[in-house]
Amino acid sequence: MFGALTGDATGDATGAVTGAGSAALLDAREISIHFGGIAALKEISLSMAPGEAVGLVGPNGAGKTTLFNCLCGQLRPSSGTVSFDGHVLDDMPAHMRARLGIRRTFQRVEVFPELTARDHMIVAERARRGDGALWKDLLNKGKPRPEELRHVEEVLDLVGLADLADVPVAALSLGHCRLVELGRALCGEPRLLMADEPSSGLDMTETATLAGVLRSVQRERGMAVLLVEHDMEMVRSAVDRVVVLEVGQIIAEGTFESVVNDAEVRRAYLGKSA
Amino acid sequence: MSQFLSYAIPGIPYGCNFALMAVGLVLTFRATGVFNLAFGAQAFVSAFIFDLLVRSDHLPVGVAFIVSVLVFSPLLGLGLDRFLFRHIPSASTTAKLVSSLGLLIAIPQALPIFFGSGERENPPNLWLNPNHVYFHIFTTPINGGEVTTVVITVVVVAAVMAMFRWTGIGLQMRAVVESRRMAQLEGINAPRVAAGAWALSSVLAGLAGVLLLPLTATLNPEDPLQFTALLVAGLTAAAVASMRSLPIALAAGIGLGIVENLLAGYLPSGSVVAQTVVLNFPFVVLVGTLLLNPGLRQLELSSDPLAAVDPPPAPPSVSIRDRRLEVPTRVGFWLLVVGFLASSVTWVPADYVTAFAEGLCVSIICLSITLITGMSGQLSLCQAAFAGIGAFAAGQFAEHLGLPVLLGAVVGGLIAAVIGTVVAVVAVRVSGLLLALVTLAFAIFADQSLFQYSWTGGGLTGVTVPRPILGSINFGSDRAFLVLCFVALVLCSVLVLLVQRGTVGRYLAAMRGSPVAAASMGINLRTARLTVFAMSAGIAGFGGTLFASVLQHVSADQFTYEYSLVFVVVVITTGSRTIEGAIQAGMGFSVILLLLTLYLPTRFTGIEPILFAFGAMTYAAHPEGIVEYQKSRWMVRVSKLFNAYDERRARKAGSSLGQSAGTPDALREALPAVSVPLGDRFSG
Repeated sequence: MFGALTGDATGDATGAVTGAGSAALLDAREISIHFGGIAALKEISLSMAPGEAVGLVGPNGAGKTTLFNCLCGQLRPSSGTVSFDGHVLDDMPAHMRARLGIRRTFQRVEVFPELTARDHMIVAERARRGDGALWKDLLNKGKPRPEELRHVEEVLDLVGLADLADVPVAALSLGHCRLVELGRALCGEPRLLMADEPSSGLDMTETATLAGVLRSVQRERGMAVLLVEHDMEMVRSAVDRVVVLEVGQIIAEGTFESVVNDAEVRRAYLGKSA
Repeated sequence: MSQFLSYAIPGIPYGCNFALMAVGLVLTFRATGVFNLAFGAQAFVSAFIFDLLVRSDHLPVGVAFIVSVLVFSPLLGLGLDRFLFRHIPSASTTAKLVSSLGLLIAIPQALPIFFGSGERENPPNLWLNPNHVYFHIFTTPINGGEVTTVVITVVVVAAVMAMFRWTGIGLQMRAVVESRRMAQLEGINAPRVAAGAWALSSVLAGLAGVLLLPLTATLNPEDPLQFTALLVAGLTAAAVASMRSLPIALAAGIGLGIVENLLAGYLPSGSVVAQTVVLNFPFVVLVGTLLLNPGLRQLELSSDPLAAVDPPPAPPSVSIRDRRLEVPTRVGFWLLVVGFLASSVTWVPADYVTAFAEGLCVSIICLSITLITGMSGQLSLCQAAFAGIGAFAAGQFAEHLGLPVLLGAVVGGLIAAVIGTVVAVVAVRVSGLLLALVTLAFAIFADQSLFQYSWTGGGLTGVTVPRPILGSINFGSDRAFLVLCFVALVLCSVLVLLVQRGTVGRYLAAMRGSPVAAASMGINLRTARLTVFAMSAGIAGFGGTLFASVLQHVSADQFTYEYSLVFVVVVITTGSRTIEGAIQAGMGFSVILLLLTLYLPTRFTGIEPILFAFGAMTYAAHPEGIVEYQKSRWMVRVSKLFNAYDERRARKAGSSLGQSAGTPDALREALPAVSVPLGDRFSG
């Protein structure tokens, strides 16, 4: 049922597909989840190699965000197993998965309205270092250190928020909030960055900037990127491999060109007559 | 079997009272979106008026019923809607809970002002004579009061269910609760529907109050929370029904009544175990239901689809203070501190010194609320219970082990922190409204059960908490003790400030903004919540010990659950997010109480809680605190005055130095750093 598999992607007995031919960083096997009587995901298997950029596309309601939530620990799948870098994640809470190196952005922006962009980065930096003991605060050792501030400045520059760093995010536009989310995720120096429709609500220039940032962190820092996106131009420019979901199942997988020409994908997006 | 029935059958009318309360809570929640803790207080007011009309004004029962339940009650509901809830339509469930807390405090306190404080014995009954046995079920006699309660409860609940399920107005009420703004976009007159819902809910409260009258031997305006047992049982039945299903609320209420009667019947009367089980059974069921009923989790998840149109949270007033005010503010602050201390230890009258010392101790307890509610966004309604635990522990250690009081305060604080952690381990499984209710259950449990034993709260007599002695310094005099309390408050303030500015404070701010995003960054929400809960309980316990040491004696009535509510209400009025808010709350609470006691008749002392309750009712509209909100407005006004002054100077300079200095750029440079949107925000 899978579409064309191209490049160096390899399949295995369970249907999981790993790009780049190396040991999988993320390995999700036969993930199913039911909401009441409705199956939102049906035995989805997805594998990603370190440093690989994968696009997850599909019509609304296909199960993309649900799969994200299962991988990050916000939802527990009804069956199936997820492992990351050799660790089985099934019973692991969301914050432990984040500490292993999985960071995400959200489809509906989730920022901390009372904090500035800089504070967002500092919180992320602190969380990455696991430095949140109460006794340190009580001994006045809770202030940001110079090296932390330096890293925060780097990330603010990378996502283009240096000029707005000290404005409470409640006063920022949707586009800037998406950049804050991205910067916050990048501050955690993840090995897998999961971006959920990051271009939604952005104009063309902002979308192009965002795609550029994603490409650069993937290439320069070797960060794996899993991108859920409706903007096909952004998908084309930001990922190596595309996985197409429809009603909770993978219907195609491969390079961008092979997937957009896949008959099953065209049927899913355009209807039977396509 | 006949013994079982003789215990179970009287439980049915008893449980009907719980059921009516539960159905009222569920109905109010479904029709208005407010978890109305003041439902019992509303019931009490109507019952009181009914009693007054029948016995003082000698009106027939029917007429008194019409006036109190069908005229006064809906008017009260409409008044609450018009003056309170209409102004906070889009607030969260938790914020609206605070407003209802304000009502729960204010309504009963208002009663003695109008009706005096005399007890009213043997209130009248509504319909059939409770002293007459009408028939027997098996061998169990059924009296008129029981028939009245069961028949009216079943009829009323059936009518309300029918209205909700089959009428257009029922559908509109449900739509308005889901999203008032969406309903308005669909053409529903949401304010009118909400007003109708409040009137209906209030009629139900009035009816419950009048029906419950035969149960209460006396009506005491000074003990208006005598509906506590009903509140706990009503809450439990409403929680079993997931705040949704009216028939389940009815069944759960009756079921609770039956089980309580069976427990009281079968357990050996007079034994300590039986008393403990019967006393604590409702709390165990309530907490168990709040934690384990998955249907309740939906309450916090449902959100208004148009929530994004809400304005962003207000910044603290200090952040919008004009920089030219910084030096005068700082100088003024230090002058105030030095002046306060110097006056307190020299010329201030003794009454005021005691009130100031109490105020400093209450400020420490209020700081614990700043930590847990202001910083972490969790509404804890049991801080007075933690304060009491600290005070009783220190008192018991001093009395039985001879432990110095200051050390006792620290140990008491630690014990409170440990118990706080235990409560938190249970409570942090839930959040928002459910967390508030779990903590409220603990506060009522501590008040009614835990503090009543001789080994904890000293029973009726209480415990002695002597004044501390530190080396050669004796804090026996009020003035010396005030200085000690001041130092303790400064220490606690510094601790809270360090947490606020440190990593944990930032984590809490993140968690308050978006728990799901905070977890996705690697922040362990559970640990953060437990940490802040424990520290907050510890500070409350420490403050509670010092508070007890002011009067050198502590008893259970100083740390009742009403105090937990009052402390929260007071802090929320002044500002729960700042340390100065906590200090203003503590000092304001004690000093205003002293002034009222000194200069007004006894019946008017209830004015103070009413004042603060009014403040808390605005929480949903101004979560930063109404005092903090007013401060922000004044900051903006002062900034505007400075701006106008600068503009005039710039214009004058421009006219004397030539045109270039008067350009818009020069003007802009002369303006201080107060952003225009903030100015607009407060100018209205």
